[in-house]
Amino acid sequence: MTVTASPAIGSAVALKCRECGTRYPLDASYACYECFGPLEVAYELGSVTREQIESGPNSMWRYESLLPVVPGADARPGLQAGFTKLVRADNLARELGVKSLWVKDDSGNPTHSFKDRVVAVALENARRLGFETIACASTGNLANAVAAAGARAGLKSVVFVPSNLEAGKIVTTAVYGGTLVAIQGNYDDVNRLCTEVAASRNWGFVNVNLRPYYAEGSKTVGYEVAEQLGWRLPDAVVSPVASGSLLTKVDKAFREFIDLGLVAETPYAIYGAQATGCSPVSQAFNSGQDVIRPVKPDTIAKSLAIGNPADGPYALDVVRRTHGAIADVTDEEVVEGIKLLARTEGIFAETAGGVVVATYRKLLREGRIDPSAETVLLNTGDGLKTLDAVEATSQPTMVISPSYDEFETEYNKVVS
Amino acid sequence: MSATVRIPTILRTYTGGAAEVTAEGATLQEVLDSLDAQYAGIAARVLDENGALRRFVNVYVNDDDVRFLDGLATPIADGANLSIIPAVAGG
Repeated sequence: MTVTASPAIGSAVALKCRECGTRYPLDASYACYECFGPLEVAYELGSVTREQIESGPNSMWRYESLLPVVPGADARPGLQAGFTKLVRADNLARELGVKSLWVKDDSGNPTHSFKDRVVAVALENARRLGFETIACASTGNLANAVAAAGARAGLKSVVFVPSNLEAGKIVTTAVYGGTLVAIQGNYDDVNRLCTEVAASRNWGFVNVNLRPYYAEGSKTVGYEVAEQLGWRLPDAVVSPVASGSLLTKVDKAFREFIDLGLVAETPYAIYGAQATGCSPVSQAFNSGQDVIRPVKPDTIAKSLAIGNPADGPYALDVVRRTHGAIADVTDEEVVEGIKLLARTEGIFAETAGGVVVATYRKLLREGRIDPSAETVLLNTGDGLKTLDAVEATSQPTMVISPSYDEFETEYNKVVS
Repeated sequence: MSATVRIPTILRTYTGGAAEVTAEGATLQEVLDSLDAQYAGIAARVLDENGALRRFVNVYVNDDDVRFLDGLATPIADGANLSIIPAVAGG
């Protein structure tokens, strides 16, 4: 199985086991035959200049030369994800008493979450490897992204989700017309089933057998933050943690930019945010453990509800190496986080974004993050997808009859 | 005690391509020993040098992750269904 002579895909030259380093060709595989460790794309990155990147398309494909894709992705059918806004969050900064704060708002992606980025890279590889069907196990955002990307690319899609998902995420997947399989179980059950289905069907499961490629798409969040800050690194980033992959790839992106000479090597700290009801990585971090003990998730932040996060150990490594921290917040705090960001910055984040804002606030209160550190909060999805979370506390200020007098009376009560 | 064990693609080189095999044992450890007696070397793929389950292997007994049960000491009832599955992060 170990083959080293396989054609390069762009700057990607092989798949390599993160645990034992064994190399494999760039095909649809994800686990090491020697030790079960996860496979990751290995590159031989040439030189890339700021000017080359800046002259690229206004999408994640401006970083194509740093991704495992056949050159020319921009011209092939896809959703043109990425290059979302980096919003200067002065109001939120003032409210929290911090110096400089940004929100990387990935709700601006085509299906309103950062998952369009990872699916874009997976889709390119599904096409390259000749798959006619793309599939995934999802907590919702990925489901939307796979179904939409499949539709645009003219591939069949089969999406597996837990049946208790938010209604909005069911509709926003099913509308694209692929096959949607709702499983009576939690995400970890869905993931396990997909691993078994992937072994028997010739499908490109974006987060199973195409996972090494898929995961690389998250690097573009880090690239964009650095470019949009004017080709420099922030002091701190707060990332949500589900599988742990996004957090580790933002770090990888920063290190690649340093190695390529695109940004100066300045110190940065990466912080992780989890919901208390599914906080295995936070628990491991705060108890000084290296091993992640799986949990059964119970939180409104369903997009982060991965009880057995396979990249958790790597997320711990990154956070410890960069002198960050990981914390977790209750569902009530998640709702407060969503509403705080909405009220101060006009950004309606989904529950995962609420987790990030609330965790940042908690880290500040506990003195675990420097208020003078220029910080980027990652909002990975759109609040319209998780209306349930805020519905009870987001209602009309008043309900009145169409009467001027009644309006005056009731409004004066509210403002007084 | 006899259990059915689903074998991941990665380990089917040991089982002559079989996706499902039977093994004996009253605990997970014994089942793995029994597997190794039939398919020499397979246990070392699942267990690390200290004899613990490898970090990126998930073992399920009747749909429950053994990390929620008693790990390698998890009792295996007659006719139990075991699955060995590489960990995948998902998202």
